[in-house]
Amino acid sequence: MDLAVVIAIQVVYTVALLILISAGLAIVFGMMRVINLAHGEFMMVGGYATIVAVHAGVNIYVAMLIVAPLVVGILGLLVERLVIRFLYGRLIDTMLATWGLSLLLIGLATLIFGNTTTGISPPIAGFPIGDYQVNGYNLFIIVMTAVLVVAIYAVLSGTRWGLIARGTMQRADMASALGYSPDTVYMVTFFAGSALTGLAGGMLAPLVGLVPTAGANFIAKAFITVISGGASVIAGLLSSATLFGIVSEIFNFSVNSMVGEIALLVAAVILLRLMPQGITGRFFKGRM
Amino acid sequence: MTINRRTFLSAGSAMALGSLAMPALVGKAMAADKIKLGSLLDTSGLFDAYGKPMDMALRLAVDEINAGGGLVGREVDIVAYDTQSDMALYTQYAQQLVRKDKVDVVHGGILSASREAIRPTLHKAEIPYFYNVLYEGGVCDRNITVDGVTPAQQVEVLMPAAIKKWGKKIYILAADYNYGQITARWMKKYAEEAGGEVVQTDFFPLDVSDFGSAIAKIQSAAPDMVASALVGGAHLSFYRQWAAAGMKSKIPMASTTLGIGNEHKVLTPEEGDGILVAYNYSPELASPANEAFLKAWAAKYGDTSLIHEIAVSHYQGVLLWAQAVKNANSMDRMKVIEAVESGLSIDGPSGKVSIDPKTHHAILDVHLMEFESQKLKVVESFSQRQPVDTQAVCDLSANPDDNQQYEINI
Repeated sequence: MDLAVVIAIQVVYTVALLILISAGLAIVFGMMRVINLAHGEFMMVGGYATIVAVHAGVNIYVAMLIVAPLVVGILGLLVERLVIRFLYGRLIDTMLATWGLSLLLIGLATLIFGNTTTGISPPIAGFPIGDYQVNGYNLFIIVMTAVLVVAIYAVLSGTRWGLIARGTMQRADMASALGYSPDTVYMVTFFAGSALTGLAGGMLAPLVGLVPTAGANFIAKAFITVISGGASVIAGLLSSATLFGIVSEIFNFSVNSMVGEIALLVAAVILLRLMPQGITGRFFKGRM
Repeated sequence: MTINRRTFLSAGSAMALGSLAMPALVGKAMAADKIKLGSLLDTSGLFDAYGKPMDMALRLAVDEINAGGGLVGREVDIVAYDTQSDMALYTQYAQQLVRKDKVDVVHGGILSASREAIRPTLHKAEIPYFYNVLYEGGVCDRNITVDGVTPAQQVEVLMPAAIKKWGKKIYILAADYNYGQITARWMKKYAEEAGGEVVQTDFFPLDVSDFGSAIAKIQSAAPDMVASALVGGAHLSFYRQWAAAGMKSKIPMASTTLGIGNEHKVLTPEEGDGILVAYNYSPELASPANEAFLKAWAAKYGDTSLIHEIAVSHYQGVLLWAQAVKNANSMDRMKVIEAVESGLSIDGPSGKVSIDPKTHHAILDVHLMEFESQKLKVVESFSQRQPVDTQAVCDLSANPDDNQQYEINI
């Protein structure tokens, strides 16, 4: 019984983790159709921002939840103004530019922080469930991710800004004709996506050993989750993260972590073969 | 003499020619006298955390040799290339050391892949090669000398000590590539010899950074201890998540890898304290040789915090080579190899290091240590451990022409 609870928590945690690392990408790629190959490096920058802030004496929650999103958001803003905005609609060129950016960020991080692993300790202690010990910080990630999803949904569906953003993504010319500047909307959306990515990096910082190349560990999973999710930002993210989280954890527990990783990839291949437009290309059509 | 334009030009060009020619002439004359030591290390790129301190150690050792009058009356000169953590560059620079620089000896290589990239070139060119890093064992080649610790030497000390301290049921976690696989086999062997029992072995790909399910699995197996051969930055997450789940006070841990990249300084005392490891070197060793080494390092570089296991074994590798040349009293390759095979031994910072003539691997002290306040506290020292893993497959006195890396089956 205790084990079942522990496994259930672990599965939900894995799902939350997938949502967390993919949320920024879902906005940037799902809404704006910009393939940001530096997504992993944005997370890495968020992680380092958190660690530097904590070492400078900032409260760890402030560092994770405010400093990291802000730093990466501003980085995203700069990148959008200096690079991305000239490349909207040019998929391959954006990929090349952001790939170069990812190499640059890895190089800069190596220059500043070196290649040695750094990190900070999680701020929340573990607690027992029956005979088992559970990582308290994992629960924090689950709760925060749930809050995040609700917040994204509320902003996109409930506010005027969300409406304008969604409208601009569908028909930029119509939004423009109605008096909204697509340029500004793209800029703000890219900022929001980057800030979410920074938040993910900051929240993962206490869980991992951070090196400048750590971004590579996340980018594949983030892309797989977003692409398999399909056109709808929130429904897509939730459905594909749930599917992949459950599949990989089942194999993780029953066999081992290598098979778990393979199972996730196999599930993605099969899913995209059956539903090339992603899950929300077939189900939940027209939802957000 | 009045200086007009013509005399100025001719005098000027003569001077320019002279200054161009001079260093070339001087360089040539000096080069004939100096011993050339080739060095291939990753001092930039992914592995520079290992390579930079190794390069510093090499330079310190060569400085000391030269200060003591050099070898066979000649000064030692370093010809170093930065291999930039790129395996292709190892092959390229090894060729350059052989053909262009014509070096007398090569020290270097960090990963096993880099060693296997340059070993054949140096073997063929008949240039003695010293590989000074801990690795999985099994290389059998008369041209190479290895002074790093091998898995059997570590595990032979670590497992019985951990079993005695904590109990018999062991759960093994290891990185999923040849080092982890081989080390896990040695862990099982020595655990069983010490009366222990391995309840389960889990392997993790190098990029896995979430160990939640592993931690739950370990708890349901309820072992007396965890033995880890996890490797790299992503795997460091395990120790952090383990401590965050509150497991550290419940199930103790031993590791064959934690600390090589100075991980004990990255983990907080709460996360690290009490983890048991076994290595050839700790800066905390209280021996005159180690104190002298730390003092010399501090005098040259100021800060001793970069020193790690393989920087010291690199330092000792250079000293071993120098001792072999002294014993041979010659730079001739065969005479140096014969010196390596006739009781070569030095007293280094880590203790006495001797070369086993049959395998060209090191017989050395292994120190059992415990993490304490981000330091490696020496608990017990085991003197002069044989490289039993390589000895099981390699005998260079019986087969001097052997030239391969054996996979050691246990």
